[in-house]
Amino acid sequence: MTNAIKALFRRRSISAPSPAGMALSYLALGIWALVVLFPIYWLFVTSFKLPIDVNTGPFYVPFVDFRPSLHAWHYILLGDLQRDTIRPYINTVVVALTSTLLALLLGTTAAYGLTRFRYQPRIGTILSFIGCLALVIVAATLGVPWQIALVASGALFIVLLQTIGRRFKRSLGNNDIAFWLISQRMLPPVAVVIPIYVLFQRLHLLDTRAALIITYLATNLPIVIWLMRDYFQSIPIELEECAAIDGASRYRILWSVVLPLSVPGLVATLLFVLVFAWNEYLLALFLSSANAQTLPLTVAAQNATRGPQWWYLSVLVLIMIVPVIGMAIALERYIAHGLLVGAIKG
Amino acid sequence: MQVERQPQGPAPSGLGLEAPLWKNLSQKLTTWAERLAGNVFVWPAVLVVLFLSIFPLILSLYLSLSRLRFVKGGFEINFVWLANYRKLLAGSEKRHFLGVMAGPSLVGWLVFAVVVGLLILWLVRYVRSRSFSVGGLVGRGLTTVVVSLGLWLLVRTLSPEGRPGTLVVTLIYVFVGIAVQYLLGLGLAVLATQRLPGRRFFRVVFLLPMMITPVGVAYLFRMLVDTDKGPFQPIWQALGLGLFSWVSDPWGARAAVMIGDIWQWTPFMFIVLLAALEGQSVEQIEAALVDGANRWQIFWHITLPQILPVSTTLILIRMIEAFKIVDLPNVLTNGGPGTATESLTLQAYIAWRSLDLGGSAAIAYILLLVVTFIGIAYVNLIRSRVAEE
Repeated sequence: MTNAIKALFRRRSISAPSPAGMALSYLALGIWALVVLFPIYWLFVTSFKLPIDVNTGPFYVPFVDFRPSLHAWHYILLGDLQRDTIRPYINTVVVALTSTLLALLLGTTAAYGLTRFRYQPRIGTILSFIGCLALVIVAATLGVPWQIALVASGALFIVLLQTIGRRFKRSLGNNDIAFWLISQRMLPPVAVVIPIYVLFQRLHLLDTRAALIITYLATNLPIVIWLMRDYFQSIPIELEECAAIDGASRYRILWSVVLPLSVPGLVATLLFVLVFAWNEYLLALFLSSANAQTLPLTVAAQNATRGPQWWYLSVLVLIMIVPVIGMAIALERYIAHGLLVGAIKG
Repeated sequence: MQVERQPQGPAPSGLGLEAPLWKNLSQKLTTWAERLAGNVFVWPAVLVVLFLSIFPLILSLYLSLSRLRFVKGGFEINFVWLANYRKLLAGSEKRHFLGVMAGPSLVGWLVFAVVVGLLILWLVRYVRSRSFSVGGLVGRGLTTVVVSLGLWLLVRTLSPEGRPGTLVVTLIYVFVGIAVQYLLGLGLAVLATQRLPGRRFFRVVFLLPMMITPVGVAYLFRMLVDTDKGPFQPIWQALGLGLFSWVSDPWGARAAVMIGDIWQWTPFMFIVLLAALEGQSVEQIEAALVDGANRWQIFWHITLPQILPVSTTLILIRMIEAFKIVDLPNVLTNGGPGTATESLTLQAYIAWRSLDLGGSAAIAYILLLVVTFIGIAYVNLIRSRVAEE
């Protein structure tokens, strides 16, 4: 008897738990799976409910508790709301995809440069650049025409570069640049969004997809650089050296040697950045209104005067999350791996 | 010179003359491009980030020191020095931003005394240690002062008579949220590393919440916490809480926001920790098993040190992102009841919407300072130490 109980708790091997442990593990994992899946199930069920089914209390199982109806789906996809849905949907797809691809392009090349080249920007140069930029802004806000301010401080920058810039011999290294780029992720968007708003207003780009694409590109570049830099560091350099001896150019080495080797990292980064751009809310809230509205805004705006219309809302959220969830399920293996490489090196 | 020109001389046709020239040019172009490769790789990214971070930061600082006023035919910007900050920290917005102060409760006093005592002990130990340096002491001294002040604010606003402001609420969201997310993620990851049949199912399912837009999550949890028509209505009825409303009780609303956040971001902790756990070396564990170590000892002495570096980075990432929380409180509770669930970002957005540009920029700048301070302190004091070990 005691032996039987002991056997219940004995591990069969290091990674295979005892039968009792296994049951407990399944229980815990099952509970969390329920916690994850139930809200999604509820969303799904609600999208088939009539208003009366939602308002008279909780009903759980279609066909048993209530009669499912396609009215909300019909309304969102074919009916009155269709043009209000299609436009944000296209906006979201265009903005998310374009900004993600651009971020991948610029971020990957920058990350590659930072792992394989040596950069030594002078501290004097950087300081005088920032000083001149501050001068332009202060001058422009004080009423000096910005073209004049720009030209004047551009001239000042060159003068400074030739005089003071030379004195400071200390320069930064690759790690400093990488740290600076990555630390931009720390910047709360709300701290920079008002000037960006003013800027795009001046450029007449407010409420366009271009404004969102540029902003998302800037906010997502740090993630790409951070993840891809660590990924490139984990790739042995010998292959690239061989290619260089064979006479391949730097660009060719990156394109046909390094990138094919880093597909897992690229895929993880792509998904991560895409999800960020797809779901972004605050920047879109500031920078777009009717024209370039993205889906998160459409969803958030469903808070009508009579309270949210849950049935429409559920449909909207569902059609919004289906593409990303599909991608996530398909690419699940890459995500963990790609993220881990980044987290180890930090 | 002669030798070089010779092949050009006899060539009769124009085509023959052009080909080497073109080739020459393209070769020059290639070497030029090759020499510039390093710059071509880095500059675009640096320029984009520079353009959309340094420039707005400077302008934002300027805005936070000024007040926007509407005059005939437009608006004018008046420079007001630190008036916006004074308003937040000591003026009309103090109750909103910092909260209502009250005498700390007994527990508050205890917590405060213990933490400050520990901080001073930590400082003294650092002064007497061999790695002592003035810079290190200044950094640690500053950390001690700021942490003590923050804690003092916390215990005073969280006492029964007090009321936390947006700063305190944001800190609670960040730290409570991350602690729960990490512990849950770690627990689930440890369970999921076991060789259980069907674990791929769990891994995929656990990933899902991270993909859902935070706005969607906010609405979802608004449905779920509805005690009248939500799915858990029978449970609330049975508990006699049928008339209780989460979103109209300050702590209930904050809890709802935090639960939504935890639901969404535990998967992030989970997947990375899972990958880290699966990558750890098996030999040590085998050796420990042979030596008769139990499961808890193995976890505490072997597994945990191995995943510590990953964990610190993971917590850092989440911390940076968590300070930006805005979608959940905005949609789930609208910042209410009153301003109970407002985060700093949300407060800045609301100030912007009411055209208080200076106030909005000041809040954003304080948020930036808080994030930067906590980030730097965390990296220097915790992560570097873990990395050394």
